[in-house]
Parts: sequence; structure tokens; C-alpha cells
Amino acid sequence: MPGGILVLAEVRAAQLKRPTLEAVSTARDLADELGCGVDVLALGPSASVCAATLGAHGADRLLACDADWLELYAPEAYAGALAEAARETAARVVLAAGSSLGRDVLPRAAAKLSAACLSDLLEIEASRDGVVRGRRSVYSGKAIAWVSARTTPVLATLRPNAFPVCERAGRRDPQVVPFACPLAPERVRVRAVRLERPPAQELDVAEAPIVVSGGRGLRGPENFALIRELADALGGAVGASRAVVDAGWVPHAHQVGQTGKVVSPALYVACGISGAIQHLAGMSSSKVIVAINKDREAPIFRVADYGVVGDLFEIVPKFAEEVRRLKASG
Amino acid sequence: MKIVVCIKHVPDTEARIRIGPDGASIDEAGIKMVISPYDEFAVEEALRVREAAGGEVVLVSAGREAAQASLRQGLAMGADRAVLVQDARLDFADALTRARALAEAVRPEAPDLVFCGKYGVGTDEGQTGPILAELLDLPHAGAVARLELREGTFTAYRGIEGAVEVLEGRLPALVTWDKTDHEPRYASLKGIMAAKKKPLAVRSPVGASPAHDRGESSARLTWERLELPPARQGGRILEGDPDEVVRELVRLLREEAKVI
Ligand SMILES: Cc1cc2nc3c(=O)[nH]c(=O)nc-3n(C[C@H](O)[C@H](O)[C@H](O)COP(=O)(O)OP(=O)(O)OC[C@H]3O[C@@H](n4cnc5c(N)ncnc54)[C@H](O)[C@@H]3O)c2cc1C
Ligand SMILES: Nc1ncnc2c1ncn2[C@@H]1O[C@H](COP(=O)(O)O)[C@@H](O)[C@H]1O
Repeated sequence: MPGGILVLAEVRAAQLKRPTLEAVSTARDLADELGCGVDVLALGPSASVCAATLGAHGADRLLACDADWLELYAPEAYAGALAEAARETAARVVLAAGSSLGRDVLPRAAAKLSAACLSDLLEIEASRDGVVRGRRSVYSGKAIAWVSARTTPVLATLRPNAFPVCERAGRRDPQVVPFACPLAPERVRVRAVRLERPPAQELDVAEAPIVVSGGRGLRGPENFALIRELADALGGAVGASRAVVDAGWVPHAHQVGQTGKVVSPALYVACGISGAIQHLAGMSSSKVIVAINKDREAPIFRVADYGVVGDLFEIVPKFAEEVRRLKASG
Repeated sequence: MKIVVCIKHVPDTEARIRIGPDGASIDEAGIKMVISPYDEFAVEEALRVREAAGGEVVLVSAGREAAQASLRQGLAMGADRAVLVQDARLDFADALTRARALAEAVRPEAPDLVFCGKYGVGTDEGQTGPILAELLDLPHAGAVARLELREGTFTAYRGIEGAVEVLEGRLPALVTWDKTDHEPRYASLKGIMAAKKKPLAVRSPVGASPAHDRGESSARLTWERLELPPARQGGRILEGDPDEVVRELVRLLREEAKVI
């Protein structure tokens, strides 16, 4: 069946990333509406390991490009393989997670195809006449744009956490088709050689379903432990405002906002953060926002669903304790 | 080392955004325009490379005439010269069209390095860098926070989910910059005076004219409509006895919002 949906999967250490499952689930919904199939391209030695999971979420075919050297990211090779797969499958839509990888590969592949690319969508629609329309945040989250494109294909990245993961019952495993990378390793001029991991394997703010962030209201780096404790109790990741990152209390990887990460978790808890426009840019699309601040006039309260006016040193530990108590009682 | 830095002229991040009368773009009245924040980091890094290794820093921008102000600003920070591919329609063109216009100015420079920002304020897309790399047939490293240069090769460190990805590659190359450890420098008074005399060339787009791209098949990408984000009606305020407030908060998160 020509003219299907192609998804670029992200497999790391034989594990599928959740945002990939969001993209495959979304592709399945679009494919059902359009009456077409879903192909998934996976790169690296564990490309075919996750076939069953991909199938359960909607993949009909898995293009497995399982060369060992593709274990780590190689921008030219990944973009070349994706563009080639899009041509071969005559894809009408190409989707990927709006992760560091997806947002780096898709534009380069789009350039190879002279096609349009929609970045970091919060919503997507595709119509039978070839128009793909999406909703995305622009001007650092201060406006929302509806954008559309009608090139063949249209490429799009999906903001992590903005689309549901949906497993379907009774689906068969996808057909696994070997796929050759169009670029030989010696022709690649840049590639990842290693990953440096932080000491503890922490949840990343951009992917976590719950984020607890701390700001200057914490007064000092030692008090960040309070934020960690609440994040642990909730099963979330630790975020931070730029003020405290600049002060060196936590690494930049934790920064939320315009010059940090843009997050859309189900729950965002801002503790001792005033709510500067550049911080709001990174978190205002969160589903539920809680703010804890002692200043009733703090701008963060204007975006918070639940605002607690009070001293974070009192509130945050009690909050963590109450959550733990609740979880313990089931 | 010759470095070209692509800088975009964008609304200040503090600016309040209002929707313009066409419903698809912003009302620019009274909005201050600046160099896009990540592009400032790119300029700072380029100046540091020049300070360490010698060479030249050339700024390139594509867009309206007023973008000359941002180029002058970059020259005042210390860049050597600037090129503007001037056509106001480029401000609203898709990333591929903008990258084509930039490529026309970058190619004849034959630089060792091309720097862009991770993404530009406004479109917030982060597409132009990787697309430009493809058009120039250069390897690229995206969202880089640190770069080490050696004779003909580089190592780039980029923050990804839960790790730092270390890339190695060959020059010439294109790098898009994330925030780095080096705060972009302010332009000194001397820098501002000197910038007035530095060369700023203005050229027109040739093959990449936005009109051409809108030709037979219309634009590749259309902004149909722009809206303000649904005003998050500041929700419920909880105040008073900390124990009661916390109990109520947790109850609401569980029963009303259903997030824990
Ligand atoms: C180009 C640019 C990019 C930027 N990018 C980012 C970005 O990516 N992310 C970002 O966060 N910022 C960014 N900023 C900075 C931003 O403008 C703010 O300076 C920053 O967000 C402020 O951090 P804060 O809220 O922690 O500190 P503050 O603004 O100082 O706020 C501290 C808050 O803590 C409260 N507080 C104090 N004590 C207590 C207590 N005991 N209990 C409860 N509350 C208390 C105070 O009432 C106050 O509201 C950027 C700025 C620029 C110019
Ligand atoms: N019109 C432009 N002029 C100069 N540089 C640009 C332009 N558009 C994009 N760029 C560069 O590409 C980066 C990413 O922009 P964008 O793809 O629009 O998010 C910016 O940070 C700039 O370095």
C-alpha cells in the first residue's frame, strides 16, 4: 500500500523510548483515518528487538537497519536513512519524537527531500488531500500557531508527553524488513563516540511525566535536597530556574525555560520560582501546574492551577510526606 | 579559522506578544528586536575561537533591512564583518527557504565553521542549522554546549535526555549552539564605535527568493492562524494553615486533577 506513515524509532540499549511509542500510537491513529499503513524505521544493532512492542502500538512493518556502527547517533547517516526510507515507502507523513535526536535528524532529512518539516507539535491532523496541519508553540510559548504543509512527504516531530501512548489488543507482530543504510561508515564525517552519563541515572525533565522545579526561593544549593525529596515522592524529575542554574546550584541539564528545556508534563510543581516570562516559556503547556511561593503577587500564580501561598521550607517537606503517606496507603 | 555565524533578528524575549490584524502573524508595533538568544551564544563562541586560534568572524543574516541593527550589534561585540541577504519576505519564509538564502551568502565564504543557534525565537523550530548543513554538504553537530577544535577535527558535547552525547567529526562543519558556560559579552562603547566602520554588505537572494518558492506549488509551510495560549485562568489559591493547605492540595491533585 503506497503512501503510508513512516515513524523514526529511537532505540537505546535495546529499549524503546516512550516518546517513540507516542509517535507510533499517533501514526496508527492517522493511518486509520487515512486508510494506510504504518512503517517504522529503527537503526542500530537492536533495531529488530522491539518489533513486538512496536506492533502492539500500531506498526505494520519494521524497517530494520541493524548495522552495529549505528548504535550511536551519526547525523548524516540517520538523516540519509530516513530520507531513503521515506522515498522507498512513498511515505506521505514522517513522524518522530521531538527529542534531541528527532529534532536534529528530521530537518536534515527534510532538506534532502525538499519537504516541509513541522517542529515540536502539540497536535496533528492529516487529511486525505495531502494537507498536514499541526498546532505548535511559538514566540517562546507566548503564542500558539496552526501551521500546515502539503509537500510529499510532510515531516513532523511531536513534543514528548503531548500525545498519548496507546496499545491495541490483537495486533500481529510487524513484518521485519532489512533496510540498508545508504551511507557507508567511512563516508560519515561526524558521529557520536560515547555517552557521558550523570553519576545517578536521573529522569530527564524533558521526558518525565512529573517535574518538580526549584528556584531562587530555595536560598542555597544545599536546600535543593527538598526538591529532590518531593520529586522522589512523586516519581518525577528535578527541574530548575535559570537563576539557580547560573548560580551553579544544579547543572544546566535541569533548566526549564527559554534557554533550557521545554517540558509538558502531566504535573509541574514550581517551588520558589517567580514565573519570569522566560521560565513560563518552558513549562506553560504542562497539563497541571502547582506553584508554591510566599509572594501572593508572584506571576507564577497567574498560570498555576493550584497556587499555594506560603513558605516553601514548610510546605515542600509536608507535601512530600503527604504524598508518601498516600502512596503507602495505596 | 574562518567562522560564519548566522544570526536572526527577532522580538525581544521580554516582549508582550499581540496578534496582528491578519490573525496569522504578530503585531510588531512597539516591539524591540534583538539578536536571538542562542545566536548570541554562537557569536560569543566564535569570538573565543578567533581569540584562541586567530582568523575571522563573519556574521550572516537573512531578512528585512532592520536586521542590519542586529548585525551591527554583533559587530560591536567583536565580529569582523557582516552580510545581510535582504528581503523582508524571508522573515516569514519556511526554514528551507531561509536556509537557501543563508547558503547563498555562506558558500562563497568557504568557512571552516558555520555557527547557528539551537533555535530562533519566533519560529522556535530549530530547523535552519541542520538544513543549512545539508545544503552546504557539511557535517553538523546540533544543540552543542561545548566544542573542542584540533587540526582539522572537532569534538562536540551536546546535552541529550539523561546524558551528554560526545560527537567527533571533521572540519569544515556546522554547529548549532545551545546555551554555553560563556555568557555572551556586552558590546563596549569602543566596540560600538568601531562597529560603525566595519563592512556590512547587503545582497539580494537569487535562487532562494521567497517568491520563487511560493511559485507554482505555493509555500511549503503556511502559518494559518496564530492564537494567544488559552489564558490559564490562575486557578485556585490555597492559603492558611500549612498542614491543612497541603492536605487539600494533595486531595485536589488526586481527586480533581487526577495526576497523582
Ligand atoms: C534571554 C533570557 C533567557 C532566559 N532563559 C531562562 C530560562 O530558560 N529559564 C528560566 O527559569 N529563566 C530564564 N531567564 C531568567 C528569568 O528572566 C528569571 O531571571 C529567572 O527565571 C528567575 O528565577 P527564579 O524564579 O528562580 O528567581 P526569582 O525571580 O528571584 O524568584 C524567586 C521566587 O522565590 C520566592 N520565594 C523566596 N523565598 C521563598 C520561600 N521561603 N518560600 C516560597 N517562595 C519563596 C519569591 O517570592 C520569588 O517569587 C532568562 C532570561 C533571559 C534574559
Ligand atoms: N533569517 C535568518 N537569518 C539568519 N540566521 C537565521 C535565520 N533563520 C534562522 N537562522 C539561524 O538558524 C537558527 C535556528 O533558527 P530556526 O530554525 O528558525 O529556529 C537560528 O538560531 C539562526 O542561527
